[in-house]
Amino acid sequence: MTGSPASEFALQIRDLHKTYANGKTALQNINLDVPAGAFYALLGPNGAGKSTLINILADIVLPSGGSAMMFGHDVFRDRAWCKRRLGVVPQEVAFDPFFNPREVLKITSGMFGCKPDMAWIDELLGRLELSEHCEKNTRQLSGGMRRRLLVAQALVHKPPLVILDEPTAGVDVELRRRLWDFMRELNAGGTTILLTTHYLEEAEELCDHVTIVDGGKVVADRSMRELMREVAGRYLWLSYGEGFVLSEADMAALSQFQPRSNGKGVCLTLRHATDETSSSFHEAYSAAVARFGPPIDAGVRQEDLEDVFIRLTHDDDKATAGAGT
Amino acid sequence: MRPVNPRGAWTLFVRETQRFMKVKMQTIVAPALTAILYLLIFRYAMGERSVPGLDVDYFSFLIPGLVMMSMLQNAFANTSSSMIVGKVMNVNIYLLMAPLSAIEVVIAFLAAAVLRALVVAVVLLLVLSPFAHLTFSHISLILFYGVCGSVLMGGLGFIGGMWSKKFDDMALINNFVIMPLTFLSGVFYSVTQLPPLWQKINHFNPFFYLIDGFRYGFIGVGDTNPYIALWVVGGSTFICMVACWYLWRIGWKLKD
Ligand SMILES: Nc1ncnc2c1ncn2[C@@H]1O[C@H](COP(=O)(O)OP(=O)(O)OP(=O)(O)O)[C@@H](O)[C@H]1O
Ligand SMILES: [Mg+2]
Repeated sequence: MTGSPASEFALQIRDLHKTYANGKTALQNINLDVPAGAFYALLGPNGAGKSTLINILADIVLPSGGSAMMFGHDVFRDRAWCKRRLGVVPQEVAFDPFFNPREVLKITSGMFGCKPDMAWIDELLGRLELSEHCEKNTRQLSGGMRRRLLVAQALVHKPPLVILDEPTAGVDVELRRRLWDFMRELNAGGTTILLTTHYLEEAEELCDHVTIVDGGKVVADRSMRELMREVAGRYLWLSYGEGFVLSEADMAALSQFQPRSNGKGVCLTLRHATDETSSSFHEAYSAAVARFGPPIDAGVRQEDLEDVFIRLTHDDDKATAGAGT
Repeated sequence: MRPVNPRGAWTLFVRETQRFMKVKMQTIVAPALTAILYLLIFRYAMGERSVPGLDVDYFSFLIPGLVMMSMLQNAFANTSSSMIVGKVMNVNIYLLMAPLSAIEVVIAFLAAAVLRALVVAVVLLLVLSPFAHLTFSHISLILFYGVCGSVLMGGLGFIGGMWSKKFDDMALINNFVIMPLTFLSGVFYSVTQLPPLWQKINHFNPFFYLIDGFRYGFIGVGDTNPYIALWVVGGSTFICMVACWYLWRIGWKLKD
């Protein structure tokens, strides 16, 4: 990879702020540290500000304030140095109808100041299953193929930092799996990877660190293991059959367990427990039975990343969990 | 001192060149055909008359004007269409993401526009030369006006492309600015044939100086002094280039 990272951080973002011309504030003083060599997830609901953050780093959107360092170099001052070391897969598909995929890759490589490395270009086309389409005009490619071409374009100059903004949107399951295998290989070879995705199982499986943003703010910033151990809790689910409704009064009565309906019953969050003796299982179960009677079925489940994500980005529960560690 | 990326600039130049070389029918053959049509139409409309005020036959007068008009239109088309296609297809983000300085981007775009204009000019001169006895009285003036005019129009196309949000905006500029200015610039007539008021107005039309100076290079006579107009044209071209550079640098209409 070009330019061995001199700093232990691939990215250090401080107080990054963005207000668009229409007055919309997309980022509110974001801080983010991406260690060199990390496989990093940037998650958040639609409109959270993920793409804004990425586009500021890519020089597509102008920042309103704050700073960003890439491998110890100031992104906004040392633009050319940083750009040579950054590959971005944009969220919105971009393609030049004048050229075929092979030409596009040669051009992109040249524009980034690299002599086109045909062996690497062929490998990229192969790894991203584009070999048999590489002489077609980009107009003739399917949506998924176009997105894979964007991934190839981001990698063609062998950047040590790759940022992928929803690279798997519209890519089928089989190819998605292969794309992630490829990313894992690159990461094992030392490339730092930052990705956004709405497929949370994939993020949970792939990434070693996760930052969740919501409304332009960081609401969680943890290693994946820590997040799943310390923030992900357990919940009790109780089934009462079809037609169960959770009334406002029920919500108020059980508020200490953050109750939510799942259609056939109710889910109650258990107090965070480090061992069985401090569990609030008994209190939650008794409270539910007292209110609804004995359930048809019940169980205790561990929250997965999706549950944590929903809890942290839920509108009326903006409590920050371990932000800024 | 900002770092330079000559390979990047060269790649961009080649890309912008391929953009017109890949569609030669549209970019080279079509303008040649249009020029021949104009020539034939005006030939029958005007007959064998010589141009009043200037002591030359009409074809020798018309051909340099037609060549210059095609150069200007093609230089404009190359940058403006690339910029607007890049915007609509979202590929301009690669220009922004690449480690290219504003100077490099502008030079690559303008150089490709000039190359296209020169290719068109050579083709047109070859195609049109059988219709008249062409003379080249001041080669240096021909080159100066040809290149400057192409840079100027390439630059205006660059800025127009940045300004446009969609193809319709570009068509608007073309139909309401570029076409009237070129047609009223004295390609088909000598401005001395016009009423005095129009003559005055024409002196504010930059195309008039470009075409008159370029033609002077061929026939050795013109409506203005080409050595004075040279400063007007050179100055406008320089200002236009600086504007391109500045607007690209601040990401005008490109970066939110
Ligand atoms: N060019 C723009 N002008 C004005 N507002 C914008 C612009 N781009 C984005 N926004 C607003 O900024 C906020 C953040 O948008 P952004 O695209 O960064 O979200 P995101 O996290 O990438 O969402 P998604 O998951 O949908 O891609 C949104 O409220 C959006 O409406
Ligand atoms: Mg986005």
